[in-house]
Amino acid sequence: MNRTINIAPVRTHVRVAAPRERAFEVFTAGIGRWWPKSHHIGAADLDTLVIEPRACGRWYERDVDGSECEVGKVLVWDPPARLVLCWQLTPEWKYDPDLITEVEVQFIAEGANATRVELEHRNLERMGPRADAMRQQIDGPQGWSGLLELYAQSAVQAYEGRVSHE
Amino acid sequence: MANANATFAALSDPTRREVFQRLQSGGRSVGEIARDLPVSRPAVSQHLKVLKDAGLVTDRAEGTRRIYCIDPHGLAAIRAWLDQFWGVALAAYAEEVERGEREQCQERDERQEETR
Repeated sequence: MNRTINIAPVRTHVRVAAPRERAFEVFTAGIGRWWPKSHHIGAADLDTLVIEPRACGRWYERDVDGSECEVGKVLVWDPPARLVLCWQLTPEWKYDPDLITEVEVQFIAEGANATRVELEHRNLERMGPRADAMRQQIDGPQGWSGLLELYAQSAVQAYEGRVSHE
Repeated sequence: MANANATFAALSDPTRREVFQRLQSGGRSVGEIARDLPVSRPAVSQHLKVLKDAGLVTDRAEGTRRIYCIDPHGLAAIRAWLDQFWGVALAAYAEEVERGEREQCQERDERQEETR
């Protein structure tokens, strides 16, 4: 029996005390400076992340050993208003060219020096079939235990982050 | 956001995370889950109710017992995880934007000092 599972997109936002041009620039050109270092794909430690500044550009990570791993692609490049990225990582944090989920980021001016940054991560139901595979790796570091460990480490930070930026 | 927050809250409690992890290897009854945890059965039931309300687990009747399992598609958990991931990432991003802004202001102030 095939069932279509719909799942609500992840939606979150922050307000930053900066003009939208600056907010867009830090999000894209500066992604390597704020991306959580613990979340990366390659075997070696993460050096930086790169979003190529154009539609169809690559979105990838570069590791300290010089290797590169794809995260996805740039679908919409519309500075300083909007960015749509293709997130092609499975729940196991592995690149899968056949998995396409979208991350849309909008930069909304709320004054000369204030920007509301809205992020939506959608098409999460496409990760569904892979969720079953993930559950097979019961005790692996990439499985639920590792995931929940990561979750436990960052839950407090996330909560505090929300409180201070809400 | 209400659902995401419920999922987030459901997994933020360490005992509830333990209960949730106990279901990784398949469906279990309240008694089975409670057996290797230092909490009472009613407490486990309460945790399961919260997890169920958050869409992380489902239950079914099996004879006289009720068996709890992780949601068969696991999507709610993935979603909860991505939700917290983006929360952490955007908080770090906002800090980076504001750090840059502060540095620019300082440089501007310093330049003004110099020209004075």
